Formats: sequence, structure tokens, C-alpha cells
Amino acid sequence: MSTISGSAAAVAVRPLEGRSRVVWSLLDAWVICRRNLIQVRRVPELLVFSTIQPVMFVLLFVYVFGGAINVGPGVDYVDFLMPGIFIQTVIFGSMMTGVGLAEDRHRGLIDRFRSLPMSRGALLAGRTLSDLVRNAFVVVIMLLVGIAVGFRFGDTTVIAALVGFALVLLFAYAFSWVSAVIGLSVHNAEAAQSAGFIWVFPLTFASSAFVPVSSMPGWLQAFAEHQPITVTIDATRALFLGGPVASTLAQSLAWCVGLLAIFVPWCISAYRRSTSS
Amino acid sequence: MADKPAVLAHGLHKRFGASVALAGLDLSVATGTVHAVLGPNGAGKTTAVRILTTLLRADSGHAEVLGLDVSRRADELRSRIGLTGQYAAVDERLTGQENLEMFGRLYRLPVVSARTRAETLLERFDLTDAARRQAGTYSGGMRRRLDLAASLILAPPMLFLDEPTTGLDPRSRIRMWEVIEDLVREGTTVLLTTQYLEEADQLARRISVIDGGRVIAEGTADDLKSQVSGDRLDIVIARGGDVDAARGVLARFASGEVTVDVNQRRLSAPMNRGAGVLPDLIRGVDEVGVTLEDIALHRPTLDDVFLALTGHHARDEAVPTNPDETITEELVTT
Repeated sequence: MSTISGSAAAVAVRPLEGRSRVVWSLLDAWVICRRNLIQVRRVPELLVFSTIQPVMFVLLFVYVFGGAINVGPGVDYVDFLMPGIFIQTVIFGSMMTGVGLAEDRHRGLIDRFRSLPMSRGALLAGRTLSDLVRNAFVVVIMLLVGIAVGFRFGDTTVIAALVGFALVLLFAYAFSWVSAVIGLSVHNAEAAQSAGFIWVFPLTFASSAFVPVSSMPGWLQAFAEHQPITVTIDATRALFLGGPVASTLAQSLAWCVGLLAIFVPWCISAYRRSTSS
Repeated sequence: MADKPAVLAHGLHKRFGASVALAGLDLSVATGTVHAVLGPNGAGKTTAVRILTTLLRADSGHAEVLGLDVSRRADELRSRIGLTGQYAAVDERLTGQENLEMFGRLYRLPVVSARTRAETLLERFDLTDAARRQAGTYSGGMRRRLDLAASLILAPPMLFLDEPTTGLDPRSRIRMWEVIEDLVREGTTVLLTTQYLEEADQLARRISVIDGGRVIAEGTADDLKSQVSGDRLDIVIARGGDVDAARGVLARFASGEVTVDVNQRRLSAPMNRGAGVLPDLIRGVDEVGVTLEDIALHRPTLDDVFLALTGHHARDEAVPTNPDETITEELVTT
């Protein structure tokens, strides 16, 4: 009969030692990331549903509303739309970071993780990383959908287009941390989802995602023009279709860096204080 | 070393906003024993466990586990203790094997030993057949065992079990008790919180009764029981008219007030002379011509203890509704 704390077991279960903190943090984050990706694989419905919604948006805007929206001379609406769709898709995807953390907390898993000798930021790093992978996958699907309904890259280079996708994912990553803070502050997954969409929805629609900002009333334009979603969509659009990019790209990067600088430390401190409710 | 307690807490205070969770909790757990912290919902049991397992900081007071200060040497402590909380904190979408391997990796075992350790523990807890099934398909008892297995990956010398059997059916509860008893036999120190008096009675060498965030009584189950009032004697007499005569006899042997239920013809009195009192008492009753229908000497239960100490029962039958569910309904708008 095997024992739990017998000497044979004690030899076999000696933890590794002598690696640096950074290496440990990365390994721990990888273990968590892997766990989350297994979850995605086990529940493919979630991935399917989170793809159906943006596909519906593409069809709705291209074939229903698009004809009535004037995006300027010589620009096809589908080309205008797709960068907005990419950003909308990944931001909605980022909201799942908070949902996942709220669920872990609700189920008592955060207590368990916090009682382990793992590094403090690893659960958050692993979660945001797996959501980034998931977002990248959905972006690829949306690109194929876009191409199917007529989206084409404009006067641009492969490098510029790749920079565009990198920006989309960086922006999504920054929003994952915002979402993580929300997820750790509410009671359960449903609340995290609602609390996320309450501000993401207006922010996405009062942006240049679906219509040019210049078509909005003046008071709204002032907001819409400078908010992070618009500048990131504008930068992505310029990188995909050609046109001046420096100003919007710089603003967008500043938003990403700024959001990460505020929300990463905030999130880690919220995690250290959070216990399962 | 053996004389040093595994858990030593002094004057722990913790408040959450306006509500006081701990109001000067003192606790000492001898190495190699099971110590139960017994109290009703909201008494501060979980808060105490969270402070001792480094999850929460006390507002004031001092706590050491295995000689390590819980707030200053938290990192060292985490690899020497195991915690099984009120929830079965396992990932439902992962299989049993994957769960334990994940926790093994997070305890910093090499890949191969994480795997073999997972297999060993699954076998030990009768989960080998379910190893490749998602934990979400497990029964409540299996999930608790998997959760406990996750706490035992590094074979920690100190284990915290926060209400380990709450919500389990009686058979799973007994199975869990056997597992805990095995662990203690192998030398693990266990601090257990529970609302179940019989659980504390069954498992623990010493019991701390807590209420309102502090310990209101401490000792072995027998200490606590005799602390109430010794035994209690109940008699039922055949004729209602004999009540006064019977009361007179009972009063000669009682260590306190005799209570009478006229309708049931039942008289009840505290006794502290053990079973030896019975022959004399029966003779006494007989001499005054009273016929007995029933006689019983009760050792007090821990529930009597609890009632005597706190003025309320340990387990309130009205379980408060889960606050999360009301929040869900308010917030889900789309």
C-alpha cells in the first residue's frame, strides 16, 4: 500500500530549485496558459459562438447598412469595415479574460493558486496569454471571412500589414488587463461579462469602426476622434489600406503602453488581495 | 521540535468593512494531531484558515505555522502546507490527471515526477478509473478527494481542511474521514474547520469552539462535554400524581435544578456522579411508591455544549441563500 508522506514518496516529490525568479514566472505562466488552452479545446462551442457574432456583424454591415454609409470617394465599405471588425472582435474577446478570472475566483481556484508557491503574476500572465492566442486565432478566421466578402489589402506592404495585425493583438492584450481587473472585482463570471460589455459596447460604437467619425454630431466627434479604439482602428486601417499612419500609430501605442502601465500593477495587487467569495 | 506547536496564533483580529470576522483569536495546534475549529456559519473559521494559509493578512495579532511567520515568510510556508477549501477547487474542464499534473508543475516538480506523483495520488484516492475523465463529471465526493490530493502533492507536514465534508452525502463523508485519519496516522498535522459536531468528535484530539471571531472554549471532546454540567438524567413516571414525590427524590441526587414536563410526566436533572447513581436513585423512587416508565442517563453531546456556550445551535438549519445568485439576476441584462 502506498503512503502519502512515506519516505519513498518524499524522494520522488522534491521540487526543482535554483532557477531564477524570471524563469519560474515564465514557466508558471506557461502552465496556466496551457491549462486555459486545454479548456478552449474542450469547449469549442465557446470559440464558435465568439466567432459567429463578428461574422454576423460583417454580413450585417456589408450587406445591410453598408450601402447607406458613405466612407469617402474611392473606398469600398468592406475595406473600411474590416479593420473595425478586427478591433471589435478582439476587444470582445479580451472581455473573456475577466470572465475566466471571475470564474476561477468563484470556484475557489484563485485561493488554491494563491496558496501555492507559484509566482504572483503567473495566473494573470497565463490567462492574458491564452486569451491572446485565442484572439489571434479568431482574427485569422475573421480575415478569411473578410476576404470572402471582398476585403482586400490596399496600397500597402506585407510588413505594414503584419505591423497592423501586431497592433490589433497588442491592443487586445492591453484590454485583457483592463478586463482582468474587472473580473477580479466582481462576484462571478456573469457579472464580469455584463460589467465588461457595459462600457465596451458604447466605446466600440462611438468609434470609427462602422462609420466615419465625421458623420457624428460635434459633441460626440470630440470624444470619438480621440478615444483609444478609434485611433487604433485608424492606425490599423492606414496600415492595411495605405495612407498617413504615424500620428494614429503613435497615439495607439501610447494608449497600449499607458493601459498596461496602469492596469498590470493594479491587477496584480487586486489578485494578491482577492479571495474566493 | 516536537514540543513546538505546528500552529500558534495570538490575538488575531480581522475586520471586513464594518463586520468583525476575528476578534482576538488564539489557537495552538500540537504537531501530529488533528485539531478541529468548530463554529457556526460566520464565526470566523474560514477567515482564520485564510490567514494561517497566507491568503489574507490579519489586521493585528501574530501567527506562526511550522515555526514560520505567516506574513513575513509566506513564500517558504506555501510549499510546506496544503489547503483544501470549502469549494472543491479543481478545474472542471481538466481531467483528474491533468489537474494534479498542473498543480504538481506549479509546486515546481519536474514534468516526470509531476506525472508519477499524480498517478500515485489518484491511485491512493480511488480515482485511477476516473483519471482521464474531466473533473466536472465527478461526484461531489470524488471532487473533494481530487481536491485533497492536490493539497498533498508535496506531502506537506501541515494540512488545512476548511469544512472538508460540507455538502457531502454520509457515505462520502465517512470515506473522507478515513482518508483524514490515514493522513494523521502517517504523521500529518491537520487543522480542520467544521460545523458538524460529530465530525469534530470523531476526528479531532482537541477542539476549539469559536463564535463571533474568538475561541469561547477549548479542550478534548470529553473536556468540553463535562464542562457543560456533567450528565443529564431523564425519568418518565407512570402516574401524573407522583410528580412531587419523584421531584423530591431526584433533587437529592441532582447537581442542579430539576425540570418537570407535567404533560409528558418527564423529569430531568443534571448529575455529576456518573452511572453509579442509578441503583440508589431507583431504590429511592421505589421507596416513595413511584412507578418508573423510563429512565436514561445522557452524556451531553457537543451540541449541548455548543448551546450552553453560545446560546444557539452550531448548525442553523436556515442556510442563507447564495448572494451571488441574486447579483447574477440583477446584472445580466443582455
